[in-house]
Amino acid sequence: MSSITDVLLFMVSCILTNNFIFSRFLGCCPFLGVSSKVETSVSMGLAVTFVMTIASLFCWLIYNFLLIPMGLTYMSTISFILVIAALVQFVEMFLKKSSPTLYSALGIYLPLITTNCAVLGVATLNMNSSYGLLQSVLNGTFSALGFLLAIVLMAGVRERLESSKIPACMKGFPITLVSAGLMAVAFMGFSGLV
Amino acid sequence: MTILYAGLLLGALGIIFGGVLTFASKKFHVEVDERVGKVRECLGGANCGACGYPGCDGFAAAVVKGEAPINGCAPAGEKGVKAIAAIMGQEVATSEKMVARVLCQGENGIAKERYAYDGYQSCATAAGLAGGPKDCRFACLGLGDCMDKCAFGAISMKDGIAHVDPEKCTACGACVKACPRSVLKLLPLSSNVIVRCRNSDVARVARAVCMDACIGCGRCKKECQYEAITVEGGFARINPDKCTRCGACAAVCPCKCITID
Repeated sequence: MSSITDVLLFMVSCILTNNFIFSRFLGCCPFLGVSSKVETSVSMGLAVTFVMTIASLFCWLIYNFLLIPMGLTYMSTISFILVIAALVQFVEMFLKKSSPTLYSALGIYLPLITTNCAVLGVATLNMNSSYGLLQSVLNGTFSALGFLLAIVLMAGVRERLESSKIPACMKGFPITLVSAGLMAVAFMGFSGLV
Repeated sequence: MTILYAGLLLGALGIIFGGVLTFASKKFHVEVDERVGKVRECLGGANCGACGYPGCDGFAAAVVKGEAPINGCAPAGEKGVKAIAAIMGQEVATSEKMVARVLCQGENGIAKERYAYDGYQSCATAAGLAGGPKDCRFACLGLGDCMDKCAFGAISMKDGIAHVDPEKCTACGACVKACPRSVLKLLPLSSNVIVRCRNSDVARVARAVCMDACIGCGRCKKECQYEAITVEGGFARINPDKCTRCGACAAVCPCKCITID
């Protein structure tokens, strides 16, 4: 993370090459659950971006200042879950008080993120890749932006699917999964970009 | 020893986070008028948006603030409005239950087809393509724009036209807005004698495009003893306030476009 080029390359790598949905297969539940409308998918994506950035920061602090000194690194998963759950609750209360507009825009998606594996995933990845503080936070933000991109693209595809003629056996979830698979194949084209 | 540390760490984290959250919930407590929740429960709950507010929560908040009329939620029905009036301590004049009616009988085979439409399944799109797939420019296109908008599952498509289930319809008006042809209209539920055609073309043209078109012959008007029927602009209209639902008009209509539900 020495120069601006490094940051840009890292961004491309997080958003396109190592896209959370399409190459790491993390966070597939909200990806399929909340992608039926572009509008709601944008809200979900923004909420995830928000939480992943903050969670990366706090998980890094907990890991490096508590778990490593105490030699309890095997406790990372359970501590991260605790941190994320508490953090999401806190952020929800804070937003409700300080920014009702943002609170109502994120709506129910904010508490839903507590159980999003992408958030836990980014914390674990930061830990395993021994990223520094800045890089962890950037990884959180950029990976979440990749999630945002994926879910919005998917919502666009699904809105089109709604009004197309699809064989009865493929209607609904089957065609959604096929589309998601094809999108993942398309994203494989980005591998080797960075 | 290690296991003790692990337990202590997790316990400590839990207690710290719990404390922070308790503190935050006090510190960031937002006063919410309890009436908002109560009003919210009386509403239709489909977030149909017909009231003009962003969802039911928005409407409930506006009612409590006094910005929205207490009878602004059509899906809440008479019962809901009364309940809201009780919560808000207001009186409300009970209005008659309305229902959306499909003013077209141009089923497949009755209304002439202009061309076989095989495109994007939306009435709005089809209506804009060479005057629509049916010859009649007032006909229900039957591609279901209203059905998609109905949050209550009250509309179904059968034989190429829309059908509204009056039981499920809450008169939210979403379908009326969605229809590119204005085929749907909100009418009082009790007004069950309906002219099911809006074709304002002259008789010859109207009859040429649809077997069930109103030709504006005026026989219903002559038959009606209560002066409830007017024939204007080529088709008959029934005034629900004057109509006694006797059904005499339906009996004489040569085109069978007046129906009794």
